[in-house]
Amino acid sequence: MTVESTAAARKPRRASKRTSAAKKPQSAEPQLVQLLTPEGERVEHPDYSIDLSAEELRGLYRDMVLTRRFDAEATALQRQGELGLWASLLGQEAAQIGSGRALRDDDYVFPTYREHGVAWCRGVDPTNLLGMFRGVNHGGWDPNSNNFHLYTIVIGSQTLHATGYAMGVAKDGADSAVIAYFGDGASSQGDVAESFTFSAVYNAPVVFFCQNNQWAISEPTERQTRVPLYQRAQGFGFPGVRVDGNDVLACLAVTRSALERARRGEGPTLVEAFTYRMGAHTTSDDPTKYRADEERAAWEAKDPILRLRTYLEKSGHADEAFFTALDEESETLGKRVREAVRAMPDPEPMALFEHAYADGNSLVDEERAQFAAYQASFADSAEEGK
Amino acid sequence: MAVEKMSIAKALNESLRLALDTDPKVLIMGEDVGKLGGVFRITDGLQKDFGEERVIDTPLAESGIVGTAIGLALRGYRPIVEIQFDGFVFPAYDQIVTQLAKMHARALGKVKLPVVVRIPYGGGIGAVEHHSESPEALFAHVAGLKVVSPSNASDAYWMMQQAVQSDDPVIFFEPKRRYWDKGEVDTESIPGPLHRAVTAREGSDLTLVAYGPMVKVCLEAAAAAQEEGKSVEVLDLRSMAPIDFDAIQKSAEKTGRVVVVHEAPVFYGSGAEIAARITERCFYHLEAPVLRVGGYHVPYPPARLEDEYLPGLDRVLDAVDRSLAF
Repeated sequence: MTVESTAAARKPRRASKRTSAAKKPQSAEPQLVQLLTPEGERVEHPDYSIDLSAEELRGLYRDMVLTRRFDAEATALQRQGELGLWASLLGQEAAQIGSGRALRDDDYVFPTYREHGVAWCRGVDPTNLLGMFRGVNHGGWDPNSNNFHLYTIVIGSQTLHATGYAMGVAKDGADSAVIAYFGDGASSQGDVAESFTFSAVYNAPVVFFCQNNQWAISEPTERQTRVPLYQRAQGFGFPGVRVDGNDVLACLAVTRSALERARRGEGPTLVEAFTYRMGAHTTSDDPTKYRADEERAAWEAKDPILRLRTYLEKSGHADEAFFTALDEESETLGKRVREAVRAMPDPEPMALFEHAYADGNSLVDEERAQFAAYQASFADSAEEGK
Repeated sequence: MAVEKMSIAKALNESLRLALDTDPKVLIMGEDVGKLGGVFRITDGLQKDFGEERVIDTPLAESGIVGTAIGLALRGYRPIVEIQFDGFVFPAYDQIVTQLAKMHARALGKVKLPVVVRIPYGGGIGAVEHHSESPEALFAHVAGLKVVSPSNASDAYWMMQQAVQSDDPVIFFEPKRRYWDKGEVDTESIPGPLHRAVTAREGSDLTLVAYGPMVKVCLEAAAAAQEEGKSVEVLDLRSMAPIDFDAIQKSAEKTGRVVVVHEAPVFYGSGAEIAARITERCFYHLEAPVLRVGGYHVPYPPARLEDEYLPGLDRVLDAVDRSLAF
């Protein structure tokens, strides 16, 4: 189906066929790896190739559709007051599913708070992600069950945790790899720069996967950097590559390649997935205050799901029955998530004092006892009232 | 021989050596901790004996040191990181407070963060700016952290062992001006739990509460007071978080007068917390208000002024007199 190019000397960094397409809004198109155009055409790239079966292609499509459906349900649940907040991944499905499906089970993921698609790929139950947004916990899933660390809210901190974890992987002599997710805004954080330094000097098996979704709440990427983000890697001594973040095939191929490089002991890679945050930063945000509708419309034409659907239809890799069945599966998922969230109980008051320390703490013990007595005093007065 | 006389620095070195020797998951990380053995030589010879994979010279980035230590801990390692000086910890403060302290709780107990952060702290060594500070209250205030400081060689040895074995993150403040003070260390007998205070000197008229570098000053003050016929007890807290309030209460009830001494600024310092707890627990036993002696609410001064800033023998005795005269 796909033919890998062997013309190593020739290195066009973009899909050659589509550069003059009428829909392109910008004159200076960034250099990026692309294997599936916005119009759903398969193109080749000299450095990255991929050969997937029809079933695998349908699998990626299913992942993206279900992730988007879950995300839409979560946004709706926030609007209904069931969640306090939601950070939508709308538009970033290809970046997350492509990179997420490149991972092996024994690889380890350090996400931000928006990696719902990656969580899906890791087998984390979507309803687990909603606890923190409902306010019943701060995450609380077992990171080691799916090798998927808790969401990190402080921007960029997790890149250092990923680097340290990867240093440990190397010490253990394992051939697994670690992937750290972050965004264009995080690229300005000192912790991200320090993680680049540490991973480079220790040659840690980590992939830095930056989803450049063009906006850090209201600040455009130009407020974070004067050079394309993937070029940052060069100064630290490891390769950087920009990939079409709305092209699930390219994201899969590029991440796979970076992970393989890490496994071979060749150190970190920075992948910049050039994508777009179609929705608001979170449900508390109002993007109409800082960005133009035309920009969103231009990116809508590059939708990650639409282009794969076009390709699946044109190539005959999926039939109508597949799409119909997937629609039904989506609705079932939405219903399951809705019901699970509504049934999610508030924690018991005494849970306040759980897990502050692993080995216990006399101060917490004292305060727990005081609080328990205080709580019990209401029970006493309730008894008296009877 | 089980009992040896050694300096606090040597006791720490021996304790770290034992930790590396006992548990292959223990790592030492920090700036200049390898070949140099640290600027205070606390890790002297450890890289030579345990290799660069266990005793790791890091880039000069404190947030990076603690952040990667967190990742290593998640992988199953037990990193002991060195922050070169007290005043250099703040680039790592975010990783310590927002990540290290909270991660066990936010995972509902499913991950553990056995990281020890060693910080040489305190003044009195004639150093330049940012090399003499006492930021312990800034860490003690943070739930999820444990904060300790030894005052003598035996505690340096054993408290380090206990800190390394703790499944919680421990901020280990080392009284740098006492590094070369010698004391007996029994390497075969654990003195007691990590977070328990000990009575360094018995007395009946007044209690001095101190930890780390100020214990020695308080012992000297108690000896001087003895010559004037005053019986002063000295309680060595050893742990600033949690604090052994039971031991403080017991001593306060016995003497009725308490003076808390620390190098850190008095304002919002640990003395404030101790004074508040004493009034809550044994108000009617008190013969005088709890007094505090510590640094002033000014930036740490240049070296030629630090003797005026730091609590010394005379300032402690002045507070003792004021309390007894109340």
